[in-house]
Amino acid sequence: MAETVPSAEPTRRDFLLIATGAVGAVGAAAVAWPFIAQMQPDAATIAAGAPVEVDLTPVAEGQILKLFWRGKLIFVRHRTKAEIESAAKVDVASLRDPQPDSARVKEGHAQWLVVYGNCTHLGCVPLGHQGAYEGWFCPCHGSVFDTSGRIRQGPAPTNLPIPPYTFVSDSKITIG
Amino acid sequence: MEGHSVYVPKSGFTKWLEARLPIISLTHSSAVAYPVPRNLNYFWTFGAILTMMLVVQIVTGVVLAMHYVPNAKLAFASVEAIMRDVNFGWLLRYMHANGASMFFIAVYIHIFRGMYYGSYKAPREVLWILGVIIFLLMMATAFMGYVLPWGQMSFWGATVITNLFSAFDEIIPGVGTWIVTLLWGGFAVDNPTLNRFFALHYLLPFMLAGVVGLHIWALHHVGQNNPTGVEVKNICKDTVPFTPYATVKDAVGVVFFLILFAWFLFYIPNFMGHADNYIEANPSVTPAHIVPEWYFLPFYAILRAIPSKLGGVLAMFSAVLILAFLPWLDTSKVRSGNYRPVFRVFFWLFVAACVVLGWLGAKPAEGGYTLAAQILTVFYFSYFLIILPLLGLFETPRQLPGSIAEAVLAKKAKRAAPADASVNG
Amino acid sequence: MKLTKLLTAGVFTVVLGALSAPAQASEAGPTPPSVNWSFSGPFGKFDPQQLQRGFKVYREVCAACHSLKYVTFRNLAEPGGPLFTAGQVKALAAEYKVQDGPNDAGEMFERPGRPADHWPSPFPNDNAAAAANGGKAPPDLSLMAKARTYERGFPTFVFDMFTQFAEQGPDYIHALLTGYVEKPKDFNLPDGGTYNKYFPGHVIAMPKPINDGQVDYKGPDGKPQAPETVDQYAKDVAAFLMWTAEPKMEARKALGFRAIIFLILLAGLTYFAKKRIWKKLPDPA
Repeated sequence: MAETVPSAEPTRRDFLLIATGAVGAVGAAAVAWPFIAQMQPDAATIAAGAPVEVDLTPVAEGQILKLFWRGKLIFVRHRTKAEIESAAKVDVASLRDPQPDSARVKEGHAQWLVVYGNCTHLGCVPLGHQGAYEGWFCPCHGSVFDTSGRIRQGPAPTNLPIPPYTFVSDSKITIG
Repeated sequence: MEGHSVYVPKSGFTKWLEARLPIISLTHSSAVAYPVPRNLNYFWTFGAILTMMLVVQIVTGVVLAMHYVPNAKLAFASVEAIMRDVNFGWLLRYMHANGASMFFIAVYIHIFRGMYYGSYKAPREVLWILGVIIFLLMMATAFMGYVLPWGQMSFWGATVITNLFSAFDEIIPGVGTWIVTLLWGGFAVDNPTLNRFFALHYLLPFMLAGVVGLHIWALHHVGQNNPTGVEVKNICKDTVPFTPYATVKDAVGVVFFLILFAWFLFYIPNFMGHADNYIEANPSVTPAHIVPEWYFLPFYAILRAIPSKLGGVLAMFSAVLILAFLPWLDTSKVRSGNYRPVFRVFFWLFVAACVVLGWLGAKPAEGGYTLAAQILTVFYFSYFLIILPLLGLFETPRQLPGSIAEAVLAKKAKRAAPADASVNG
Repeated sequence: MKLTKLLTAGVFTVVLGALSAPAQASEAGPTPPSVNWSFSGPFGKFDPQQLQRGFKVYREVCAACHSLKYVTFRNLAEPGGPLFTAGQVKALAAEYKVQDGPNDAGEMFERPGRPADHWPSPFPNDNAAAAANGGKAPPDLSLMAKARTYERGFPTFVFDMFTQFAEQGPDYIHALLTGYVEKPKDFNLPDGGTYNKYFPGHVIAMPKPINDGQVDYKGPDGKPQAPETVDQYAKDVAAFLMWTAEPKMEARKALGFRAIIFLILLAGLTYFAKKRIWKKLPDPA
């Protein structure tokens, strides 16, 4: 059927209509923001990340202690002499994520390695004392970490990260 | 209805798509070319306002469900966590809570508009009945949503309303109790009740959206009614294309409605609520006055007006269901209340009766209040069962305009006569 | 036409009359006096000094029996509140013992509080609270300012929509705390109850909680920062409880102002855009 009522599409772009559309679009974008922001961690989650104290005395040589901070798994490994040596003598330049062992522990506390307990590939928990380097072996996709938590084989791109922590005394650390 | 224009795909892609899924032409015919009577007033923008409110409720609801915990021990605290800790949580929750009230304000205006202009009459009976179904679904959704914060009113509202079904014991002994236990999932309103109400409260709005789709489909099939109640005779003369005329007018309605919404949301967010719902549910203490949300008050007044338990329950359900029969109860050949002088008076009396019933629903059920509620309940049902059927037979309607176009021109001439006023849509 | 208008007007007069008549015969006790709150109205803000004083009253008087379980220590330093410093909050939290655990040995233990902890409740659970208070647990105060109200009546409640009156809760709390007056001679007070002018039914289980001069309002200069009277204590603690009930109120009103201004602008634009578009529509003939 023929159009007898002319379309109101203005021949010359009307400033008023453009302004209305633009302001409306700005409003829609502003309304969208709270709906996105609500997905971010809430105030309680952020506040709950208080530092935790860990007593190292019960962890015998060769043992790995597992604990949580901010909902993330952390390994505290009491390394044996042999493990420290094997980690120290590696040619750093040959590593995928080059880091000397000394940079991954606190000075004077080389027997204590504190690392996040999720594989840097896709987040699985690696198994301790396993794999070719006796460090960690991730069962999901076969990443192998050494006794310093550094990536040696497999798909993981980087070493196991180190959480912020300090030694309060020789047998006590504070994580966070 | 035949539209103002037909979509013709031009580019290669649109031709390809059109042959496989004619979604562009469907959008064009229903949202661009769809003919709208040119004399609609702003009461006709409430359809768009309601669509927006449904979207607001679904979007805020989905987001709130990401933080809410449907467990009797944790629900109240989780709502408080939303209000205090979630980023913009207070905004989202107040939007949802006040949004429900806004939804009902809009739906009541929409219903009364339909009743005044006779929008339920042939050929729009199915359209109207779908509307009644939407209204019922809204009420069920709102009721279950109000239970979720697990405050005192949530708990006792749920107890009182679910207990309504026990009235059916008076018809077949045991059946009412069986239904109530089924609703509760236990022997009182408790965690299972809360959990299933949450599941249903999440489900029903999507069913609602489905029925809204049918409602709009039916509307677009028969075309809109209009203030004269005279059917469209000539699409070119009587109607305008939906876009841009109706879209921009709907946008005006929507934005003005949003101002009202924002006023409540930001400045008096608890005005529509009950103080008691900020006290956590306690099965051993009943609040002094159990009052439903304001939008249920007229029906609650009808429930309490009837001295018998079963009678009250039946009267309350009938008060809603009777709307579905309205197309056949109104015997007048004339649609619009504008041309029915006697109907108009009764219509406004009916509106007033609903408002006063609402006020009585919030008052204690005693003495003069109960008597007033009983009188108005009788009037409520007489309006549908006596006044409307008889009025159509005895009333002399005013002269109807020959067509919508004629009415528009007459109005314009009348407006131009006293002063050279600017042309207004 | 004129007849219908007259009739319609008549209907509304009758409705208004019906609505207002019974409202005058109010059934509850006396209406709490309206306090002039700093946080009322569209631009209302909490007075941090008042909230700090109110917190002091809560801590020294109310906290012995009433919990505040939805409030955390960190809230006290958040914007729109009493604005204690982060350091003050940390020190305050450390004064309290909070139960944590279980530890590696499977035992619960106590540790100093942290800002993230919730305000410690005076009783381990409601039953203990009830047992220690003559069978009735003192209610939690976190939401008290929104959980209490009084009948506004018609037509006041309609005006409230426009004046944005939303302070029934703090008005009531203030009235209740100042409402411990001598009971009327013919009033029959049951055992264990106290007469209160504003409490519904006038018999309240809580004895008069606070007296003039009980809480020290002295500032660093040795002079009281505010009158040390029950009336002032009641105002301060009511304001504090309004904040605990609605900690995001300032953010809400601030965002609301911007939203409404924006919407009015958009409404104007949309309205004139509509006029522009419809003006181009020719007459149907």
